[in-house]
Amino acid sequence: MGSRYLIRKVVGACLTIFMIVILNFVLFRMMPGSPDRILLRNPNVTADAMAAARIRWGLDKPLIPDQLVDYLESTASGDLGFSFKFHGEPVTDVLAGRIWPTVILFGLGEVLAIIFGLALGAYSGWRRGGPIDYIGNGVSLILYSMPYFVIGILILGVFAIGLHWFPTSGMLTVGGSGDDSFPSQLLDFLGHLALPVTTVAIGLIGQYSILMRSSVIETLGEDYITTARGKGLTSGRILRSHALPNALLPAVTLIAINLGYVIGGAITVEVVFNWPGLGTLTVTALEARDYPVLQGIFLLLSISVVVANLIADLIYGRLDPRVRS
Amino acid sequence: MTDPSRSGTPALDDEVADAAAVATRAAALDAQTLIRGRRQWPLPKQADPNAPLLVVEHLTTRFKMAGGSIKAVDDVSFTLNDGEALGIAGESGCGKTTTALSLVRLLPANGRIGKDSSVRLFGIDLARKSEDALRRYRWREISIIFQGAMNALNPVRRVNEQIAEPVELRLKVNKADAMKRAGELLELVGIPARRGQAYPHELSGGMRQRAMIAMALACDPAVVIGDEPTTALDVMVQAQILELLERLRRELGLSLILITHDLSVIAETCDRVMVMYAGKVAEEGAVSVIFRTPRHPYTQKLIGAFPNIHADRRTLDVIPGSPPDLREPPPGCRFHPRCPFAMAVCSVEVPPEVTFADGVRVACHLYPAGSDGAPITRPTKDAIAGGVAEAGLGAGVFSDRDEAFDELEDALDPAPSHTLSPGHGLTDDHSLDQIQ
Repeated sequence: MGSRYLIRKVVGACLTIFMIVILNFVLFRMMPGSPDRILLRNPNVTADAMAAARIRWGLDKPLIPDQLVDYLESTASGDLGFSFKFHGEPVTDVLAGRIWPTVILFGLGEVLAIIFGLALGAYSGWRRGGPIDYIGNGVSLILYSMPYFVIGILILGVFAIGLHWFPTSGMLTVGGSGDDSFPSQLLDFLGHLALPVTTVAIGLIGQYSILMRSSVIETLGEDYITTARGKGLTSGRILRSHALPNALLPAVTLIAINLGYVIGGAITVEVVFNWPGLGTLTVTALEARDYPVLQGIFLLLSISVVVANLIADLIYGRLDPRVRS
Repeated sequence: MTDPSRSGTPALDDEVADAAAVATRAAALDAQTLIRGRRQWPLPKQADPNAPLLVVEHLTTRFKMAGGSIKAVDDVSFTLNDGEALGIAGESGCGKTTTALSLVRLLPANGRIGKDSSVRLFGIDLARKSEDALRRYRWREISIIFQGAMNALNPVRRVNEQIAEPVELRLKVNKADAMKRAGELLELVGIPARRGQAYPHELSGGMRQRAMIAMALACDPAVVIGDEPTTALDVMVQAQILELLERLRRELGLSLILITHDLSVIAETCDRVMVMYAGKVAEEGAVSVIFRTPRHPYTQKLIGAFPNIHADRRTLDVIPGSPPDLREPPPGCRFHPRCPFAMAVCSVEVPPEVTFADGVRVACHLYPAGSDGAPITRPTKDAIAGGVAEAGLGAGVFSDRDEAFDELEDALDPAPSHTLSPGHGLTDDHSLDQIQ
């Protein structure tokens, strides 16, 4: 891959992140109210104490440039401020504790959805009109049109409440499962993970399979597929070495763009299963008006979307020689 | 050449014809051994070494559509000899490409070949082969130069990989040797071997078409089909590609089927031409004969529709109307609704294919079996009117009637007249020389 392509993409991503950081500052300053108003809820607060607080928080300085510069400096040094809700804990610490559950849940869900969704879609498109296509396409449409929380509640109702196969909520059994050894801890974690991951995967499979199906069907109609048939290749080889490399291109784009929405949708899945990730944290922070934490989540999610897009661009560059030049 | 139908005693006719046939057959066998001797790989196992290269008989191809099925190719027969180039001409949608793709059944999923069809390559009937068995003949024995190489080459794979692929698969050559052969093939068509590293989009249109040709030659096939190989290219590049094809024919003794609507391409490149209309053969024979004296009215019109830069400026012929909807082809001769000479019989009976002494095969009621190759009846204006009226045609064709009649007069004139001069459709002196 050309290094110029790589540099261009990385520089583009950095610029986007910088714009997001600025926007993150502006958006939250545009919200009604001000942090010092919270102090006014206390009837005994004095004007001096108010002024002192304003100086301490830097609110006495003009918004632009002083506050913006302060904000940029601290953001760059990894200081995202302090949480209101979690007793003044640094926002970075609050986020750090919640990132991994979300990454594991959605990372695994995405991977499963990509594997099964793309495989189902590719097969349906290849054997268009066959039984797998009819059933697969129908089921995919239904799943595609269902919001995560509906899928989550159905799964929860059947497998946790009805059949008691899996725990209903959380990431680990509260108070420990009685055995602290690593294997049993892991098993406990996986048991808790199973239903939410399935929910995420199912929610995405329909979408990916429908996209992949239409992409494969479109690709199979291309002239170079006729050429491949003319060359006497078996249909399996035509699919593998001519159709799929081309059909995957739109899928890569969709998956990357989707990642933003996926994390948005994450909130509902995490809430349904009470999964201690960024989704539940968002809800908690919203309820408590914990602006610094919200700001941190906002920044983190934006950056992950940008990074996902960057990765998609790089994969796209590998898959499609046309975008490199 | 002796014309048996015009000479005296029938017995003598037969002898002359036999002698001629023997001579032609011997010449064909010579060419055959010469060209087949050049093959780097043996003939297919079931091949009959003495059989003609390609004999297509009663080829019928149907497409199943929502409202019934259409016959895109209807009872087409033709032969291709070793080292020969056959041009297939006709308007868009007349079945040229489908005919060629039917040879190796490279059809869309709804396409089927008729039960009576036979496609015999070295005497092996490909139409009887299962899909899996036929696969081994694809590209190995019959390869295709597709039109629009931009789309016919896979955009995400390197050009040399794509050329090497059939070599590796069909000839069971290892990857490294296949890539080496790809390089040689690229050199053969005038592309430096290292350019094979490029992706299709990195090559110019002409280079891509050359690469496509190199790919078609990859397995040293018995027959190469050129499906409008110059259509999407500009005129200069077209000329280069045609020159390349001619050179390859000379050097490799290619047997070529060239599909095009550009008659000048056929005049320059081909030995024989087959004119198709609405899925049927209208006329077939040597290029030198057909371009000089086209018999079928459709051929005449087709040739007349081509500009001639050497002649005085004139209005080009147009063929009124468009090819019929094949879901409901007109009864009788499919060309009769557009034919200026249509007679009563034309809308009723399908004209049989008749082969004349000069080797030209025509399917037209103006040239019935047993005639000498000139239109036997001189239809009166009334007969034409009757025919046209019976065909249920409107005034648009009537207005053309006098003109049509004049043209017929010209056609019946023994001396070649301007409308039938060989210059039609030819673009340069070279091609004029070739057919004269």
